[in-house]
Amino acid sequence: MLRKISAAVLAIVGAIAVGAVALHRHEPINALWILTAAVCIYLLGYRFYAAWIAARVLSVDASRATPAERLNNGRDFVPTHRVIVFGHHFAAIAGPGPLVGPTLAAQFGYLPGTLWILVGAVLGGCVQDMIILLLSTRRDGRSLGQMARDELGPLGGFAALIGTLIIMIILSAVLGLVIVNVMKHSPWATSTVLATIPAALIVGLYLRLWRPGRVLEGSLLGVTLVLLALLAGGWVDHQPLLRPLFDYSAIALAGFVIAYGFCAAILPVWLLLAPRDYLSTFLKLGTVVLLAVAIVLTHPQIKMPAVTAFTDGTGPLFGGKVFPFVFITIACGAVSGFHALVASGTTPKLITNEADVRLVGYGSMALESFVAIMALIAATLLDPGVFFAINSGAGVVGASPAAAVHTISSWGYPVTVEQMQALANAMGERTLFARSGGAPSLAVGMASIFGSTFGRGLLALWYHFAIMFEAVFIMAVLDAGTRVGRFMLQDLLGHLWQPLGRTSWYPSVLLASALMVGAWGYFLYIGVIDPNGGVNILWPLFGISNQMLAGIALSVATGIIIKSGKARYALVTLVPLAWLALITTTAAWQKITSADSRIGLFAAADDLARKLASGVLPPERAAVAPQLIFNQRLDGWITILLLTILWFVILDMARVCVRRLRGLPLRSSSEAPYQLSRLQGAMAQAQP
Amino acid sequence: MRRVAHLAVRQAAALWRALRTACGDDAYERYCAHRAERHALEPALSRRAFYEDTQRRKWSGVSRCC
Repeated sequence: MLRKISAAVLAIVGAIAVGAVALHRHEPINALWILTAAVCIYLLGYRFYAAWIAARVLSVDASRATPAERLNNGRDFVPTHRVIVFGHHFAAIAGPGPLVGPTLAAQFGYLPGTLWILVGAVLGGCVQDMIILLLSTRRDGRSLGQMARDELGPLGGFAALIGTLIIMIILSAVLGLVIVNVMKHSPWATSTVLATIPAALIVGLYLRLWRPGRVLEGSLLGVTLVLLALLAGGWVDHQPLLRPLFDYSAIALAGFVIAYGFCAAILPVWLLLAPRDYLSTFLKLGTVVLLAVAIVLTHPQIKMPAVTAFTDGTGPLFGGKVFPFVFITIACGAVSGFHALVASGTTPKLITNEADVRLVGYGSMALESFVAIMALIAATLLDPGVFFAINSGAGVVGASPAAAVHTISSWGYPVTVEQMQALANAMGERTLFARSGGAPSLAVGMASIFGSTFGRGLLALWYHFAIMFEAVFIMAVLDAGTRVGRFMLQDLLGHLWQPLGRTSWYPSVLLASALMVGAWGYFLYIGVIDPNGGVNILWPLFGISNQMLAGIALSVATGIIIKSGKARYALVTLVPLAWLALITTTAAWQKITSADSRIGLFAAADDLARKLASGVLPPERAAVAPQLIFNQRLDGWITILLLTILWFVILDMARVCVRRLRGLPLRSSSEAPYQLSRLQGAMAQAQP
Repeated sequence: MRRVAHLAVRQAAALWRALRTACGDDAYERYCAHRAERHALEPALSRRAFYEDTQRRKWSGVSRCC
């Protein structure tokens, strides 16, 4: 009875909040409406849709022993309390993606992004994560690639492998670009971010040499060191002698990030990668909670219009209409294929009971989606003029502040040079113009939320705290991505020449790491020299690759559901798959064929080549033009490759389904046989 | 009053244990307990070797995401 009443209350409050979001037009809306609508929708989705999928589609069986119980080795396979697995899984899936994507998509206004984050998560992303988690749990924790190979065929497995490798490269490049844009000519940000490296090394040594494995002590030490580094950065910023030591151009910082990525991939994990990850996880969870509390306390007004004029494709952050590009720009937070790799990695080996997949799979993704909503709020509470001034590249709005404010004001979003200067001064920066990539404007938004909750005098400190928080876990993703990419490359190279496949053979380690870092370093370098900011090309490419991976994951899920004789429920994964296939194909098609040089990659290359040949480019742009032309064509070919992989897998899945429906022979299911769990009552009591 | 204090202490202790488990602070103790329970024959890893090995396993697969 109580549950029914609570569900009814949720539904009513949710309906009122959604109604408020939908009906506010041409007047500012309070962020609390969006937040309330989001929370109600997640809870209703969790309470009804997730429960229905678990019971009907997946036939979750609480009596069935999970691999954590059957294969318990006290190490990787360990039955763990569901709340703790939830925390682990959330910390693993939530990275910088849900912060950057919604910020960039705010150029369309707050409404398109909000709607896609909510609908995409509840019907797509959460469903994908939960189903892949259960399927992997039933297959002894096998990876997405292995499941694709076992259930669909070798083609599906190979496609998943190549897709994963490409997404790692593009993700690392675009995230590298985001932190370079944060640090360029900002001594405070640069010195703080640099100081996190020795802080991580100290924690690494502490956890291995002095107090092995005392993670809590080590993390406490690390967080203290990093917060001291933040204060020290502010001090450095005011020292005329020290300041120039940390004042670098974007190119120099890109070189530094590339060198760092290489070191992190070849050094032992305990020295740099693992301790940095402990720091980033604690900062991440702490900041998410802090942000939620601060938004509720300050309940700011959203200043961005519900829908801007840029839905027609002329937006300054990136070109392309709201359909399909809002769905490509926001991948993490709505549907993220990358999650399928985590949900078929460490997490299924910790699941105590099949029934836990609802909280761990569906619940974690709903929480990540909530983070995306908060990022969207932080971006849209800025004056639109300020938002566009921070995020637009010099190539779009003009290189000088006067030119930039003139262009942006002419769009109907008034902003002045003085306003931007006052904001930069308050944030402790020289300038905030043309800091594209989403992170700086998000930091300004977060600083204003934190500032009005916990004291306005500390704006500069909050801004750099937000910057450091983003940089720390962007670098954690760079480390981890490069390392995993290295292992995958070594695995592939091992097929060519066996010794290259040995993960501990040093020449192979160096070669594979150099190849991986070289690949994303190249895209990072091109992004840095691109006068339009680089993010405008790389982020959509990342979105397309991430949605392609989601397409692969949902194809595997659909194939397995139909093979298991539940074709009548296949719409649960087929509908999100069809939607992803539609938006990914449309976006990729436009990227490949559009004649508009702000959208079409080949059109942009041809346009630049024409300008170069006719000599209209200023000398500094003519110097980099050949590299940009080559890169745009390369990106075009990568887009074609991604689209091909996606459709190969979809057709492979369709082939399997048709064979099943016609009763033709198929690969047998790779599900582990049923075994009765002996943990039932015992586990429930033993848990904390 | 004493009963309330006792309850608070017990709750705090449970929270502390959950926090330690959540971040892997007690992983070595759990590993030793698991071995004792299963009467494993091969020699146990030292605390340091266990930590290093756990980290190496953790970071060989995809454990961080966008």
